[in-house]
Amino acid sequence: MDKIILSAKGINKSFHDPVTIPILKDINFDITKGDFVSIIGKSGCGKSTLLYILSTMDTDYEGKLIIDNEAMLGLKEADLARVRNEKIGFVFQFHYLLNEFSVLRNVMLPGLKLGKYSEQEVEHRALEKLKILGINDEALKKPNQLSGGQKQRVAIARAMINDPLIIMGDEPTGNLDKKNSVIVFDIFKELAHSYQQTLLIVTHDQEFAASTDRIIEMEDGRIISDHAKVRA
Amino acid sequence: MNIKLIADIAKSLLIARWKQTLVAAVGVTFSITMFITLLSFMSGLNEMLDSLILNRSPHIKLFNEIKASKVQPIDLAKEYKGSHHFIRSIKPGAVRLELHNVRSIINTLKNDPAVLGLAPKITTQVFYNVGAIDLTGVINGIDVEAENKLFKFNDYVTVGNYMDLKNIPNSIILGKAAADKMLAKIGDVIQVTSPNGERTPLKVVGLFQSGLVDLDKVNSYASLSTAQKLLGKPNTYITDINIKLKDINRAPALAKSYGVLFNVDAEDIQTTNSQFETGSSVRTTISYAVGITLLIVAGFGIYNILNMMIYEKMDSIAILKATGFSGSDVKRVFVGIALSIGIFGGLAGLLFGFLMSAGIDQIPFNTASLPTIKTYPINYNPKFYMIGGVFSIITTYLAGLFPARKASKIDPVVIIRGK
Ligand SMILES: Nc1ncnc2c1ncn2[C@@H]1O[C@H](COP(=O)(O)OP(=O)(O)O)[C@@H](O)[C@H]1O
Ligand SMILES: [Mg+2]
Repeated sequence: MDKIILSAKGINKSFHDPVTIPILKDINFDITKGDFVSIIGKSGCGKSTLLYILSTMDTDYEGKLIIDNEAMLGLKEADLARVRNEKIGFVFQFHYLLNEFSVLRNVMLPGLKLGKYSEQEVEHRALEKLKILGINDEALKKPNQLSGGQKQRVAIARAMINDPLIIMGDEPTGNLDKKNSVIVFDIFKELAHSYQQTLLIVTHDQEFAASTDRIIEMEDGRIISDHAKVRA
Repeated sequence: MNIKLIADIAKSLLIARWKQTLVAAVGVTFSITMFITLLSFMSGLNEMLDSLILNRSPHIKLFNEIKASKVQPIDLAKEYKGSHHFIRSIKPGAVRLELHNVRSIINTLKNDPAVLGLAPKITTQVFYNVGAIDLTGVINGIDVEAENKLFKFNDYVTVGNYMDLKNIPNSIILGKAAADKMLAKIGDVIQVTSPNGERTPLKVVGLFQSGLVDLDKVNSYASLSTAQKLLGKPNTYITDINIKLKDINRAPALAKSYGVLFNVDAEDIQTTNSQFETGSSVRTTISYAVGITLLIVAGFGIYNILNMMIYEKMDSIAILKATGFSGSDVKRVFVGIALSIGIFGGLAGLLFGFLMSAGIDQIPFNTASLPTIKTYPINYNPKFYMIGGVFSIITTYLAGLFPARKASKIDPVVIIRGK
């Protein structure tokens, strides 16, 4: 009953700047519901580029991307935005919180955009997510009153607000110190194990990668290994 | 739901940058204030100047003009039919200035539903005898009541009672400038020589101020019967009939048909006063041009602040898009910001514009030539407020549209990679 929720088929991407440099070469893989996947590889091998394509933000590539049985090829900008809003949560290296809004409101924004729940319900759900991440006490503060680790946790709560099919992270601990990195990694592990949240995390941290269910290793724009381990 | 969310985001961005947005809004307020004030004042002046003319001018004037014979002898020669004729020899003959069949003309006009009223008139050249010299002048013999009803005669009689003209025989109301020259005051008797050389003493019962000093140097008023006596003519002698219509716009067409019907010269107000309309429209155009220029300047202010805001908020725009807001959502946020600046700035502008014109309306404005005007004239036409409101919204919308389009096209990947 393992349902494939994201499938990359023969994805190629080149930059033309000014000469054409191929960055991603024939990327193929599937992600099934509940997968806890990490992507590792040297800096510059194309991990971020791949994630931007998988998250539908970058549409300039060759190959096929299928998310939740829907081909992304040829969808309009507004439709892609809807897919991102509904099905994908994204955590970046930088938190990208809006300082004009409270922490709570930041988490709520994608939920309000989705419009599936009333404003009260979205608020309630946002508080729940903040509670899971242990920062519900900060809900009414402005983001700039929070520490780096707390901000990143708010960003994770924001990625979770619409119960996405998959949460992607691009070196989400890249800006954090060791202690906060551990907290964030522990959160991802908990999301995967307790909530069966599908996760696709780019990381440099070997220890964290080792704790995931599946490691995809990249080099020079190619996938050189893709190992799933059997969970105990 | 979506609209509320977008409005909420727009509001938050706006409040976060409230100083700049306030400056932009004040720009709009200022320009709309000036726009309203300028147009109210200008069109108030226009109306005043127009009414100077319109109140006193007949819509149609019937008269006989002295002119050369239309048919010259050469026109009768069969050989030159269809050719252009240069030879003209018959000079104006002994034309009678009086209108024929005045009674029947007046009766026909009185029964015409298009006519509001009419005032018969006699115009004649005279000399005012002042000591050893004679001043040229014009006496207008009028039907005092009709003249007052149709042309507000009383408004311009600044000294004396206009009805005395009717009630006191052989009386005259002098133009103020003429009276000053003759050192004449109410109760004095002046001597007037008519074109046929007869001298008549007339009693001054009032002074008249038209607003145009040159006119007042020459013109004076008497009753119809006094004028007829002065000229030694019977009581059917009338030189002009001044007509007021119910609809001024029909004047040119009706003038033509009356001219043919009564076989007289008929002149309509549009032809006589075309220069005034030109003046009015030039003044109005200038007011609009200044107002709109101010608005465009304010528009650039909004354009600048939005561009700055977008530059500062690149990250926010990128994350909104990354979390599922579409390009058009982002565009609506910034157009929303521009429109709220336009709407609030514009509303304040309309209010201040009203207050400012009300202020100008209180400033005393006394001029000898305009006896009925006491303060600066203001026209509170709601049209100006509507145009001002609509323009402020259109300009701010356009000023916001370009930055908003730029924001909607921001590629989140480029921003996020740059971090
Ligand atoms: N806009 C661009 N134009 C040209 N080359 C680019 C551009 N963006 C990234 N690259 C190149 O693409 C490669 C992959 O980058 P990236 O996906 O960010 O690597 P990673 O995330 O694995 O460190 C790098 O060599 C980088 O220099
Ligand atoms: Mg990277």
